[in-house]
Amino acid sequence: MLLEIQNLSKVYGVSCGECLDLTGVADDSCICPVCDSVVAMNRVSLSLDGKEVLGIVGESGSGKSTLLQLIYQDQCPDNGRIFYNGFCDRHGVPLNIFEASVSECSVLRNKEMSMIYQNPRMGLNYLFSAGGNIAEKIIGAGERSYEVVRNRVIELMGRLELPTSRVDNYPDTFSGGQQQRIQIAKALSSSPKLLLLDEPTTGLDLSVQAKLLDLIKELQKEMGFAMIIVSHDLGVINHLTDVTMVMKHGCLVEYGLTDQILEDPQQPYTQLLVSSIL
Amino acid sequence: MKLDVRQIEKQFVLHNRGGVRVTGFSDISFNVARGELLALVGPSGAGKSSVLKAIYRTYLVNGGSILFHRQDGTVVDLAVCTESSVLELRQREIGFVTQFLKVLPRISALQAVAAPLLELGEEEDAARRRAAELLAFLNIREELFDISPLTFSGGEQQRVNIARGVIAPKELLLLDEPTASLDEESSSRVLKLLGNLKKQNIAMIGIFHDQRKVDQVADHCYRILREA
Repeated sequence: MLLEIQNLSKVYGVSCGECLDLTGVADDSCICPVCDSVVAMNRVSLSLDGKEVLGIVGESGSGKSTLLQLIYQDQCPDNGRIFYNGFCDRHGVPLNIFEASVSECSVLRNKEMSMIYQNPRMGLNYLFSAGGNIAEKIIGAGERSYEVVRNRVIELMGRLELPTSRVDNYPDTFSGGQQQRIQIAKALSSSPKLLLLDEPTTGLDLSVQAKLLDLIKELQKEMGFAMIIVSHDLGVINHLTDVTMVMKHGCLVEYGLTDQILEDPQQPYTQLLVSSIL
Repeated sequence: MKLDVRQIEKQFVLHNRGGVRVTGFSDISFNVARGELLALVGPSGAGKSSVLKAIYRTYLVNGGSILFHRQDGTVVDLAVCTESSVLELRQREIGFVTQFLKVLPRISALQAVAAPLLELGEEEDAARRRAAELLAFLNIREELFDISPLTFSGGEQQRVNIARGVIAPKELLLLDEPTASLDEESSSRVLKLLGNLKKQNIAMIGIFHDQRKVDQVADHCYRILREA
């Protein structure tokens, strides 16, 4: 097991203590009727195996991105625990990543996991060059030799079909699709075991999207990392993922093999979602 | 024994159609041994494809068990085992040759057929050579090899699909109407391939409509009747 999520909850606002029980799929709302807090994540449990690709689908505001951000420790939950394979305290006891110190977590963020955001502006520093951005992650993962870092940056840019002669140019001089590829190069530079992707190709034109997704799939097979992908596009989910979870109002509605979710959806919301494919 | 299906049943509940229940199939039991081909026969709509999908776990069953005997001697119930174990089995031990070819439009016929061998770690050249042999055996013209199979005729697509399914045969193969849209010559080539697979000790479950083909290639026959 690579990742084990237990009973994860996140409430935005001053929680009245009953928010989790008063919201969800049955109540058809994620806003607490008592205290108006927004429940972004409602007791979600989930586990992910080493080389699996998990897709997360669901309507806007159902908590998909929140889940990724919680796993990447961009946010703190109100409740719940996440265990990551091999992440233990000094005595070898598995450590909930939310109870770990900042320095302990930095290994997770810099080396074990990488996040690719929908908007490259979230994942890249626009005051650094393209190469500098990629190098930042390699250095964070522990490499100190300038030459090694520089060569790895150039190798990755080549792999992602970015012009290596432009390694010292700033991100905003690249096209949108290229900026996304810089972000992917950066994310892969530390050879992560878990890649988190938040709508990685939304807003890109179809041919660029297909190229990027093919590339991500190829790299995943080659490097063997696990992935969690948030997407609205069931075509993307079908193309890339092995298993899928469906979310609504912060709750996990249904989980299963991707082809089962698409061809034999069990829950009313999943059936509605699948019947909405164009 | 390779697969032992016991009293499986499937109902579809359509929540967005007022909760209507549609029976997919019920009380289905059969088994298949290594090196055997079991033919599923019966009228259209009786649930033959649904049974195959249930074995592959694309459909969830409402009852019964689907006991799969693994290479290592252990037995798993495909009806209830974890998604991760199903994924592992699909990768190594259970293959599904669907009725219609599903590939991305940017993949050539040769690439599509060679892919399963490459995944097993075979050399690129050797995999392409084997794929070309198989396509040629199934009467696909060489000039088509480097073109997307989605531009092919229905019968040609089906042969590409079969080539892809048998190039690196898994121990249990599910075949959904493997000869449905093929002419006599191509059909007999496909049946010959299936015969070879039996010699390699592969267990197969195939849907057939033509009794002559069933007699030719199947060891047993299981008839599914439409629900009254």
